[in-house]
Amino acid sequence: MSSTLVLPGDSIPLPSSSKSVILGPGIAASSSRIQAPHMGTTPTCISTRLGLLSSLKGKEKSEQVWVEGSSKRYIPAQKDMVLGTIIAKHAEGFRVDLGSAHMASLEGLAFEGATKRSKPNLKVGTLVYARVSLANRDMEPEIECFDPNTGKAEGFGELKGGLMLTCSLQLCRHLLNPNFPLLPALAASVPFEIAVGLNGRVWFKTETVSESIAVKRVIEGVDSGEIKAEKKDVENAVKEYLA
Amino acid sequence: MVREIDPPTIQKDFLLAALAEGKRLDGRIPLEQRKVEYIFGEELGTVECRLGKTAVLAQVSASIVKPRDDRPYEGFLLINSEIGPMASSVYESGRSSDSEILITRLLEKSIRRTEAIDREALCILAGEKVWQLRLTLHFLSDSGNLLDCASMASMAALRHFRKPEVEVIGDEVIIHSPEERAPVPLAIHHTPLCLTFAYFENLPPILDPTHLETTLCSGTLTVTMNAQREICVLSKAGGTPLAAEEIMGVVTVGVERVREMVKGIEEALDTDKEGRVVEVR
Repeated sequence: MSSTLVLPGDSIPLPSSSKSVILGPGIAASSSRIQAPHMGTTPTCISTRLGLLSSLKGKEKSEQVWVEGSSKRYIPAQKDMVLGTIIAKHAEGFRVDLGSAHMASLEGLAFEGATKRSKPNLKVGTLVYARVSLANRDMEPEIECFDPNTGKAEGFGELKGGLMLTCSLQLCRHLLNPNFPLLPALAASVPFEIAVGLNGRVWFKTETVSESIAVKRVIEGVDSGEIKAEKKDVENAVKEYLA
Repeated sequence: MVREIDPPTIQKDFLLAALAEGKRLDGRIPLEQRKVEYIFGEELGTVECRLGKTAVLAQVSASIVKPRDDRPYEGFLLINSEIGPMASSVYESGRSSDSEILITRLLEKSIRRTEAIDREALCILAGEKVWQLRLTLHFLSDSGNLLDCASMASMAALRHFRKPEVEVIGDEVIIHSPEERAPVPLAIHHTPLCLTFAYFENLPPILDPTHLETTLCSGTLTVTMNAQREICVLSKAGGTPLAAEEIMGVVTVGVERVREMVKGIEEALDTDKEGRVVEVR
């Protein structure tokens, strides 16, 4: 993993060895070629925020590139899995707060098995797990609660019970990485159900209240840097909080 | 004012379930305060107080002005407290919200109206020159209970501050710079501190509510007390009605807590004093 510090506006060298490059958050394809006239018509990519340039090799010679920075404000991007609160109902669907600058809209038909006659009836204040289906810079983001390819819920939809916490976007991204030791270490001591949104929200559900509080404190402790995300530290912290 | 989005309903359900078991979301017991931390600035009278993730910076400065004609022996204490968008995105600069006015007024009541500072000791030359103290509060981060944090920061800053030594010869006033003569601390009568309790229906009250707890509670009660067991201010703005025994209950708890808090301020001031050179070398 490379780690170069990039500033907003820096051009980003794209790996030439890879077949396809997937741009992640913090990188935008620039249409401006004024700064580098000698480069001809090759498009350049510039970073849009401060952070460390990270990349990950995927299958079939593809490569993912993104800027890793610590931020709290979520900017919707397509295919992101997010947690949102329903704040209003209207004829066609719902308005959902994702913690971003604008409300997202969730269509009433964007659920598993929803038809024009039977739409889900979610109350204001419900927490939903959804996927961003449309994110444009100048438009309201749209989210959906099913996989459009299969028509199945795939775990999306209303979240009942449990507890939601907010953390940094960086931690959310880490939590989804299977090699990040926090969740396996937590699962070793406390059984729980979890839904990680990329908008800085994490929902989880455990058997008892004290277990939930312990899980919440551990995740928040890791986020603030008080607890190291190592197996041993996490286990010690869980033991201490459960006592 | 930007309306804050209500937290999801599951947050409320969980919070109430946890409180029914006597537990709070950050692992505290109902009548426990978050961790208090004081960070003293380079100058005298600059203190940042942190209560969990809530942070308030207090600064005290002094200038010499002419007193009011009807009170020639009294100095002034001005409190500037404006909550800007730095604390939280729900606060707008220039326009003050209800909660902001409430915080400002309560601070005014608990620090100025309780005569925490001896204002007559601020007199330099009767009818001519008095000290004017300006207490500026910067609300850095709002994670609930800004008021308690602000009151602790204010009192710590006032006790930390020292005004330059003044000498009066006849009609002439000489102000000695800190290099010449050691500056003198303010005359402080007592240290009133605010304590905020939040109430939930059919549940015992909790001390030092976080942001989530404040949004979900059915009412709050703020008492300002000092270490001499005196109630200086009692404020209950709306919310569910309370029985007299309930109020007496929190007051008895408050007496103990305020003593600990004053002790905390004194310990922090002592630690700071050890590492600071105020005396003339």
